[in-house]
Amino acid sequence: MQIVGIGLTATALALLVRDERPLFAYFITLVAAIIIFISVLTNVQKIIDLIVRLSQRAHVNALFTATILKIVAIAYIADFAAQISRDAGETSIAGKIELAGKVMILMMAIPILEAMIETVLALIPI
Amino acid sequence: MLCGEGGFGVGPDIQTLFTIAGIGIIVGMFHSVLKMVGREDWAYWLSLIGFVIVLYMVVNYIQNLFQHIQRVFHFF
Repeated sequence: MQIVGIGLTATALALLVRDERPLFAYFITLVAAIIIFISVLTNVQKIIDLIVRLSQRAHVNALFTATILKIVAIAYIADFAAQISRDAGETSIAGKIELAGKVMILMMAIPILEAMIETVLALIPI
Repeated sequence: MLCGEGGFGVGPDIQTLFTIAGIGIIVGMFHSVLKMVGREDWAYWLSLIGFVIVLYMVVNYIQNLFQHIQRVFHFF
């Protein structure tokens, strides 16, 4: 409920300021986005704690869990920043941020890919 | 400072939105007034100072966000 209130209030304020100072409207949007993101993050933490606990009980390799969490975080941050800059009209910067996020995700996935290929090679009798 | 245990406790944070909007309105007002009077350079410096103040607040917020993300997603 409060998130909806914050969103609507921020929209009204941004509309109010946009005519005179577009920059301040952009800052209002940014702060509102950050507030909403942080409020959601506290709930995300519970989910992540659950995932970590389950993976520890299932004896999953800790490397995999850490990598997946990092990938999720990178995806969230990159999407957040890209949307903010797309809001400000900078579509090309948003595209570049998304590209960087994708490359970083791919880079994070390299150890998992290596482990998978090792497993497959171990399965194949040569 | 925000988000009590698990809830959506956003007390002092909505204040920041209103502060930024107020600074924006006041700076815009003074900007137009100073421009009308003929002090173009003062108007320019005023908007620059307002921009820096708001940018400082926003940067604090972004740092807060990044710390939250690092803590939640187990970045070390």
